[in-house]
Amino acid sequence: MNRVKRTLAPYLLVLPGGLWLLLFFVVPMVTMFSLSLQQGDIVNGYVFTGHWQTYVDAITNYQTQLIRSLVYGLITTVALVVMSFPVAYWIAFYGGKRKSTYLFLILLPFFVSFVLRTISWRQILTDDGMLLHPLKEAGLLSPGFHILGTSYAVIFGLIYNFLPFMVLPIYVALERIDPRVVEAARDLYAKPLTVFRKVVFPLALPGVFAGVLMTFVPASSDYVNSGVLGSSSTTMIGQVVQAQALANSNYPMASALSFFLMAVLLTGVFIYARVLGTEDVMNAAAR
Amino acid sequence: MTRRRLGRRDALRLGGVSALGAFLAACGVEGKGKPEASVAPDAVQKFWSGKAKNGKVDFANWPLYMDPKKPELKKFTEKTGIQVNYQEVIQEMGPWFAKVQPQLSAGQSIGFDLMVITNSLQFGQFRNSGFLAPLDHSQLPNFTKNAAPKYAQESFDPGNVFSIPWASGITGIAYDPKKTGREITKLADLWDPAFKGKVGMFSDSQELANFGLLAAGLKPGDSGEDEWKKAAAKLKEQKDAGLVRNYYDQSYVDALGKGEVWLTQAWSGDIFQKNVSDGTNFKFIIPEEGGTIWTDNFTIPVTATNPVDAIMLMDFFYEVENAASLAEYINYVCPVPAAQAQISKDAAAASGEDKTLLTQVAGSPLVFPGDADYAKLHYYVDFNTAEEQQTFASIFEPITLS
Repeated sequence: MNRVKRTLAPYLLVLPGGLWLLLFFVVPMVTMFSLSLQQGDIVNGYVFTGHWQTYVDAITNYQTQLIRSLVYGLITTVALVVMSFPVAYWIAFYGGKRKSTYLFLILLPFFVSFVLRTISWRQILTDDGMLLHPLKEAGLLSPGFHILGTSYAVIFGLIYNFLPFMVLPIYVALERIDPRVVEAARDLYAKPLTVFRKVVFPLALPGVFAGVLMTFVPASSDYVNSGVLGSSSTTMIGQVVQAQALANSNYPMASALSFFLMAVLLTGVFIYARVLGTEDVMNAAAR
Repeated sequence: MTRRRLGRRDALRLGGVSALGAFLAACGVEGKGKPEASVAPDAVQKFWSGKAKNGKVDFANWPLYMDPKKPELKKFTEKTGIQVNYQEVIQEMGPWFAKVQPQLSAGQSIGFDLMVITNSLQFGQFRNSGFLAPLDHSQLPNFTKNAAPKYAQESFDPGNVFSIPWASGITGIAYDPKKTGREITKLADLWDPAFKGKVGMFSDSQELANFGLLAAGLKPGDSGEDEWKKAAAKLKEQKDAGLVRNYYDQSYVDALGKGEVWLTQAWSGDIFQKNVSDGTNFKFIIPEEGGTIWTDNFTIPVTATNPVDAIMLMDFFYEVENAASLAEYINYVCPVPAAQAQISKDAAAASGEDKTLLTQVAGSPLVFPGDADYAKLHYYVDFNTAEEQQTFASIFEPITLS
């Protein structure tokens, strides 16, 4: 009796979460995958025909946007690692009693809706706005100069919007480092740079890994920043999916694009994990 | 799910992976394509028999389409005792259709008894899916009496079987004369290299296509695939020359205000309202080559719980004074010609700034276009089949999404 209970216990424990995943993850995924292989139109309904051609069309018609999305995602992620590490480092090691206040300040802007914040940037960066207007009046910029509608504006928006998702995991990893380890390295005559390179950075890697996952994936599939801050030459794949699903009711194309993007991102993440050595990262993360 | 989905041919095509295939085939989106059912001669009687007034109506409309104080709705409630729950929930036609389609398809209420639908691609989708209730014209006496006759001949809904207009609007060109330095009079100005990077176009494929067609000397009303390709080439030329700053939705008004664009495709009422509310001095013109006219329409979803109250509200807006009061505020094309005299009368009774404004509205060709104006205005491209519509979308999409 006891043994039965013991063997069943783990399954019972996983049941609520498992059901949740099944209902809200597996079922929609399967539905979407099925839709990507259907043909028809919204008025007459879609019928499953195993039409793989949609995938071919999706990739050939939208390769520019797919590549652009991945490139934007990559630039954003690299910039975020470079920017977030010093911030997280400073808070973790020099934050003192105010650590939580600083973290709160990082998060503060994010209590306002994502879309509203992006639209506010639009107001600031606009051609005759508070930033460019004075510079143009002073003759420092040509009247035709603009930021909105360029790749810079979109990448800037992505970096701004995903910053905390990089700072927080790196902070958590750095926070866990025992100060005595750093002290020991110094005692052994390691120069500050060597301490960072050989001790701090490797120990912070799990945080960087988590941060990259949490920013690269959503940044590559984002459609708000390119929609609000970009122009027709900065279209990202998320916008194409949105247009196909909402404006054209072309559900198979939207599903195929989403699935393809997911496959590409998963492959990318997998390679990244292999290169970094997942075991180390996972072990460190599990500690 | 249905026999059609798992027909013999499909099963054969699936071959070896049939178990997974059958499972996959069972999930999907079902269509409702049987428009004949809703236009059957007894459809009106079938829908309306047994329906009674319930004392409330849920109304879904676009933003900025009524005075925020809603004087007309207050008057309606006083007169009929019907409470109106007015919500500005419609932002774009595509997403709105995508949002309510599953509920309508399942025969469930969408929470609204009245919705304002533009004569866009989606109007056809709503109509052909049988999602719109056929209107009982015996309950629309004011519409019959006061509506301009041309509204009964609209190509998207001849005879107003499913819809009557809320307001119409003109798509033309708006510009900032201080920036352009000269008067803008024609579509060709949108292709003028002098305005490189300062031209705004619409992201809506129909609006964009119409201007491409007119600029290429073609008529949207009787255009087909060949004409669409020519129009797309014309638009592509404009884009490749770096003339277009962006393809906008409603945000073009803001872009014009902030100097992002100097001249842009625009909707008539917006510019009038922007000038009044922000003190700007933008101009709106109907291009020499022609502009387009569209109509936003009252419709009742078939699953409405209070259709009688809804149709009473529809008719209420066709009483001359109510139509006039609405037009005075929104400044879009009013479907009731007699409202012009009413607004002039209101102007005579008013004083100061109100008087100027009302006189302007009554005399404005954007609110009451004359025959000469109408002659320059074109309706949207009509689609007979879903394939045609998809072809159209795929021709113009590479321009806005590249």
